[in-house]
Amino acid sequence: MTFQQQLPIVLDALNVGFLQTLRLFFVTAVGAIPLGLIIAFGSMSRFRPLSWLTRLIVWIVRGTPLMIQLLIIYYFPGLVWHNPIWGSGESGRFLAAAIAFIFNYACYFSEIYRGGIQSVPRGQQEAGLVLGMTRTQIFFKVTLLQVVKRIVPPMSNEIITLVKDTSLARIIALQEIIWAGQAFMKGRSGISGVIWPLFFTAFYYLIFTGVLTVLLRGLERRLDYFR
Amino acid sequence: MAILEVTNIRKSFDKTEILKGIDFTLEQGETLAVIGSSGSGKTTLLRCLNFLETTDEGRIVVNGETLLDAPEQKKRSDREVRAARLHFGLVFQSFNLFPQYTALHNIMLAPQLHLNGRQDAPDRRTSQAEIERRARGLLEQVGLADRADYYPHQLSGGQQQRVAIARALILEPDILCFDEPTSALDPELTGEVLKVIRSLAERHMTMIIVTHEMAFARDVADRVIFMDDGVIVEQGTPEQLFGATQQERTKQFLSRYNEQ
Ligand SMILES: Nc1ncnc2c1ncn2[C@@H]1O[C@H](COP(=O)(O)OP(=O)(O)OP(=O)(O)O)[C@@H](O)[C@H]1O
Ligand SMILES: [Mg+2]
Repeated sequence: MTFQQQLPIVLDALNVGFLQTLRLFFVTAVGAIPLGLIIAFGSMSRFRPLSWLTRLIVWIVRGTPLMIQLLIIYYFPGLVWHNPIWGSGESGRFLAAAIAFIFNYACYFSEIYRGGIQSVPRGQQEAGLVLGMTRTQIFFKVTLLQVVKRIVPPMSNEIITLVKDTSLARIIALQEIIWAGQAFMKGRSGISGVIWPLFFTAFYYLIFTGVLTVLLRGLERRLDYFR
Repeated sequence: MAILEVTNIRKSFDKTEILKGIDFTLEQGETLAVIGSSGSGKTTLLRCLNFLETTDEGRIVVNGETLLDAPEQKKRSDREVRAARLHFGLVFQSFNLFPQYTALHNIMLAPQLHLNGRQDAPDRRTSQAEIERRARGLLEQVGLADRADYYPHQLSGGQQQRVAIARALILEPDILCFDEPTSALDPELTGEVLKVIRSLAERHMTMIIVTHEMAFARDVADRVIFMDDGVIVEQGTPEQLFGATQQERTKQFLSRYNEQ
């Protein structure tokens, strides 16, 4: 097959794979951004056992490779309880991957949130208190936007990393774009032994991270109006 | 009847007693200056009055209403604490304006939130307009009518502190407390803030001012309290304290200021 004949076939396959990559990315972002806040509140709790437990979990999750976490979450139930709860097929793999990613990223996000919340000067909260505001009002009307402003740069880094980390789901054979590109080495749709589709996946990542970078910069700039 | 009666306030941090039984009263419209060396507990006293610290022992009575009677009624609901706080206002040394809001919005935020929390709120639109009208009036009063739409970082320290004063005033506290309102300011900016406080004294706002500006205290205060090591060593008129103190500790403290 000539390159001209290969190209549309490969692009079709990569597009399908990239759609799975995007799904994993968005599901992780949408799940981990709020879950991270809950974990952050847990680790800042004044109830000691809760904050210790939360910090222990965060330490374990951040201290071990995401790839291992993926493998454990995917295979553990089947191996140990003889109950492969994820079901077979692509949807089961996606569910396992999504849970591993959400939990892993929520732990990273929680540390960013915690740093952001703790970096808002105490005087801000006290100013709210002496004006008779409730703690909820202070959180939403005084603290939150200042936290958001502080965490946008580190969160941007994590989000860009997440885009590329989705490729780790390849380890449980999730059919994301790397998987799709690799398939043409072993043989697929009459094409085998070619490696360029795999290399070509890099452009997808590059363009997507480029778009995200521009969007996140825009958000950062929109919060420039105050210090 | 005194507007404020403070009886035997005690406060410890980690077993170290910082306030060792503070008693004083304040009359309606009176300006009280609190002076004393660093670490004597002045800030802690203001924070106890504003319920930013849990007072270990003592009573705070405002207009005959007991706001605090520690340790007897330690467990109070958040709502009660908030209601008690609203009798006092506090202007911080470091201003603590909300950076994401304009000067005007900083002043309007709290009354707007209080309005939202009320069911019996009359007509919302008129109330909102009323809040804005009063906020603009206060900006005018502190000499910042033309800075309504500036963000805190676009204002000088003196201007920020004047906005902070307006922000406290809009809630119409019975007693307005200042914790060294000019200590974070460059010397050339202290004057504009002191001028605002002086004008409040002339309007008979009831105030407690912790300050290191001795000339200002002497000039503006109706009464002065000298604190040292968690107790009130002496209180009296500025003439008595600055002119003819009989207390050795007060003399020593004041002489350090006169040397500077
Ligand atoms: N949260 C706290 N925990 C422990 N100790 C505290 C705390 N706040 C204040 N202190 C101690 O209480 C003492 C009195 O502090 P405070 O801030 O009331 O003094 P001050 O009279 O306002 O001094 P300054 O003139 O320097 O502002 C100090 O020794 C301080 O270290
Ligand atoms: Mg102080």
